[in-house]
Amino acid sequence: MGLTVIFGALGVVNFAHGALYAVGAYAGFVTYEYTDSFVAAMAAGAIFVLIVGIVIERGLIRLYYQRPPEDQILVTFGIGIVLVEGLRAIFGGLNRNLPAPSWAASIVNLHVTLYPIYRIDVLVIVAVVLALLYVVLYRTRLGLIVRAGIEDQLMVNILGINVTRTFLTVFGLGAMAAGFAGVINAPIVTVSPDMGADVLVQSFVVIVIGGVGSFWGAVVGGLIAGEILSLAAMIDPAYSDVMLFAAMAVVLILRPQGLFGVQGRQ
Amino acid sequence: MSLLEVDAINTYYGEAHALFDVSMRVEPHEVVALLGRNGAGKTTTFKTMMGVMAPKSGTIRFNGMPIQGLPPYKIARLGLQLVPEERRIIGGLTVEENLILAGLSAPTPWKPERVYEIFPRLGERHRSRGRELSGGEQQMLTIARALVREPRLILLDEPFEGLAPLIVQDLLRICRDLAAAGRTIVIVEQNVQAALSLAQRCYILNNGHMVYEGTPAELRADPDFMRRHLGI
Repeated sequence: MGLTVIFGALGVVNFAHGALYAVGAYAGFVTYEYTDSFVAAMAAGAIFVLIVGIVIERGLIRLYYQRPPEDQILVTFGIGIVLVEGLRAIFGGLNRNLPAPSWAASIVNLHVTLYPIYRIDVLVIVAVVLALLYVVLYRTRLGLIVRAGIEDQLMVNILGINVTRTFLTVFGLGAMAAGFAGVINAPIVTVSPDMGADVLVQSFVVIVIGGVGSFWGAVVGGLIAGEILSLAAMIDPAYSDVMLFAAMAVVLILRPQGLFGVQGRQ
Repeated sequence: MSLLEVDAINTYYGEAHALFDVSMRVEPHEVVALLGRNGAGKTTTFKTMMGVMAPKSGTIRFNGMPIQGLPPYKIARLGLQLVPEERRIIGGLTVEENLILAGLSAPTPWKPERVYEIFPRLGERHRSRGRELSGGEQQMLTIARALVREPRLILLDEPFEGLAPLIVQDLLRICRDLAAAGRTIVIVEQNVQAALSLAQRCYILNNGHMVYEGTPAELRADPDFMRRHLGI
């Protein structure tokens, strides 16, 4: 599940996130081909997608903040298609492999099971990024504005804060997180133009389970969804997605606002 | 020069014409009541002043500067502050965070402690989240959130709506203190007597038209007119 939790915490409904994730993976892949450095690949994936995100926000999304959510979904969905097909045009539809970094390519014996070190590294990286995100959201001025803006843009605007500029920052950070997630997940999955599709769906399930715009909701929703996917896959992989959606349905019936969500958000 | 001069504004909700050539002015250090029945256009007037809605024509000058059509955050930074009817407390933030948020873009924001002197109740609840507050506490917080910015003009939209009489008395006292301290306030309120007791001048809107300008004493002297336009 990796960094999908971040999308939820930022509360941006963005159907291009899966595509940005794929763009990040390809940016990482290309950088790795040229430099042989996984760290450079991670940085390149994050920064390249940050730039792509800023361009998209300034060029297009900005015009849609006042529009109904259906329009936002359509425009981000369209951006996603353009990005994915762009990747296919440049790199072709074949799967590529981004090898795990050499310092993490081995396997550790956990006594109960053998586990690739890289996956443990990913866990650590995710934990660090989450901690950073927590600090930004709950200990800084920007975080205060973001948390307030997710809930009530107009009131934040009335209190003298230029919300549009804050949205650019949030959108950029969200895009950067997606790109970064694309690179660090690339060695676990395979790099292909469509690699973001599953992640996108799963991210939305995480957000629905956890509650829109809730940091802890996204973290706990991500953990629950991850557990459901892996446990269901042990029994019958074909049904793992079904179980995930069943869990989402149960949450929606019992607690429509999500586990940590608040009713009546605007 | 008046602090606020609204000159012949026309505001629409889509095709629906809501304000017809509405004009009014507010002098420094005065409390003005803006009265009228439900749907008369009082909140629309406030929203147009604050930049939440843009007028199709007419001018609004604040401190001499035209502000019609500016976004709300720019108008707020000039010192005009709307206290909205729906209160719009940020429910996920604590009382103190709501106050800090309000002060972020103000040149000389109040420290939360100064708010707690005026509203001791908010001091006791400063770690509570906005959504945990009672209606009266939320109303105190919306007013406090405006004060923190040290605005030149406060637009109070229905501050006493839906509150218990005892809490209304409390808030009325606080509004009186604010007026006595020389703050400039425009108040919209269904509770006409409460509004008139605060104001030095008043306006009445009817169906989007400004139909009256005068002092509370003059208005009280014409009960017929009050019945016709305010229904009391």
